[in-house]
Amino acid sequence: MSGDAVWILGTSMTKFGRYPEQDAVDLASTACFDALADGKVTIHDMDVMACGCLFQPNGLGQRIQKQIGQTGIPLYNVTNACATGATALRVVYMAIKAGEADMGLAVGVEQMGKMGLLRGGAKASTNVYEPEGRFGAVMSVDGILGTETMPGVFAQAGMEYAYNHDGVGFEQFARVAYKNHLHSTLNPLAQYRKEFSMEAIMGSPVQSYPNTLLMCCPTGDGAAAAVLVSEERLRSMPKNVQKRAIKISASVLTTDPYVESGQVQPDVNTLTRNAAAQAYEVAGVGPEDLDLVELHDCFATAELIHYDNLGLCERGGAGDFIDSGAPFRDGRTPVNVSGGLISKGHPIGATGVANVYEVATHLRGEAGDRQIKKAKVGLTHVIGLGSACGIHILEKAA
Amino acid sequence: MPSKSPKSVPIVDYLRGGARPYLRANECTHCGARYFDRRNACASCGRREFVGARVSNRATLKSFSVVHRAAPGLPVPYVSAIVETDDGTSVRSNVVGLDDPMDATLGMKLRLTTYVCGTDDEGTECVAFGYAAV
Repeated sequence: MSGDAVWILGTSMTKFGRYPEQDAVDLASTACFDALADGKVTIHDMDVMACGCLFQPNGLGQRIQKQIGQTGIPLYNVTNACATGATALRVVYMAIKAGEADMGLAVGVEQMGKMGLLRGGAKASTNVYEPEGRFGAVMSVDGILGTETMPGVFAQAGMEYAYNHDGVGFEQFARVAYKNHLHSTLNPLAQYRKEFSMEAIMGSPVQSYPNTLLMCCPTGDGAAAAVLVSEERLRSMPKNVQKRAIKISASVLTTDPYVESGQVQPDVNTLTRNAAAQAYEVAGVGPEDLDLVELHDCFATAELIHYDNLGLCERGGAGDFIDSGAPFRDGRTPVNVSGGLISKGHPIGATGVANVYEVATHLRGEAGDRQIKKAKVGLTHVIGLGSACGIHILEKAA
Repeated sequence: MPSKSPKSVPIVDYLRGGARPYLRANECTHCGARYFDRRNACASCGRREFVGARVSNRATLKSFSVVHRAAPGLPVPYVSAIVETDDGTSVRSNVVGLDDPMDATLGMKLRLTTYVCGTDDEGTECVAFGYAAV
């Protein structure tokens, strides 16, 4: 242990699900208390805090502080679509890297309730047509000039991959969902823990073909938190604390670079490829070194294309990769052993911290029934449409 | 007495041409990148001069989704599509005119078409565009 790495000292997540009797401050406070206790520190040890949440008004972080400790430290309220949680984590990471803080707390939280279908900004229908906005649209174009719904946009991302590569179709997408539902049966923190047959998945109601209901993540509530610490400060801590610390070998955030088709279909590929390339280089590891991956399976069609984007399979080989069983928990590169967004759930602001919790827990050897044996290196990935990609590579203490 | 034909407006301002419809893009004079919306600068090269460009009406289906669940009031199922025109411009719209939405196939050849998609309180018709199989 040497150098200026940033480490995860403590981490936690609430079970994802529905918490109508709690508010976002309750959920976030629980995650913060648990992460601080896990790292054997208190809010008074924190030099900086970041709070990631997409749907709550600004100032949520300060409202959380009023429940967990108003110590006067700088706080950053962060939103970055589905990359919100990863961005909050990275804000604390950067503060420590910059030497402004020795220790910090990142929390991601969302309380979505049963929001249902998420879609692009629909315009109120007017009774007299007047061109508005940069496209001079006289009405909402969702459903007329293509879809703005999330299941549809990500269906198109998957179908474009199918257009360009052989061996990818409805069955391969369905198998991704089969795997993640199966994995979730071992995770007590997952929102849903039920195995479904391929027939059940392919026969469930079509949302946006090829995504059926069981191939889409649910809405839900939950929070996750992580305490980050500088290497120098970590070295001054008791041996038993150091032993459980997890190294952040890479922390990367990218946005979508220009591509010709980007104005009509968000490109979730290039920014993921760019982030992965940077992360592998910084960490000095390759995809073949990964013992587990938690990636952004908001829809089954999304997970499949990220096998390729993260270099887990050969270029164009994502169909073969899932068909071979490689991303199953007993396969070559286990992917989403938590159950993924599809079954563990996707309270948006929490997701990018919760996947760090998941990987760190395996690297510590504390994942119980779902433990990936001898896991030493893992990767987390999130995509927020618009777009942002966050990747973290985590390593077990040497 | 012949009835006066109703006034009509395009659903978006990049749909042009009335009875002989086509899409008009703002094309960067430096790098040729095309945009359907108003841009402050080219997202590709950063230059700030654009010229109007007529986009080809012929296209290939690059990706699609058959949408069964949509916002209230939208007729489902419909085929949401990403097409690539013969001059290399990506367009998002619907594939229209299929007997069965599942007849959509990747790589199918398409042509721009227009239809009336609504009427406002003053009787003005809204004209939308879609792509039909050739």
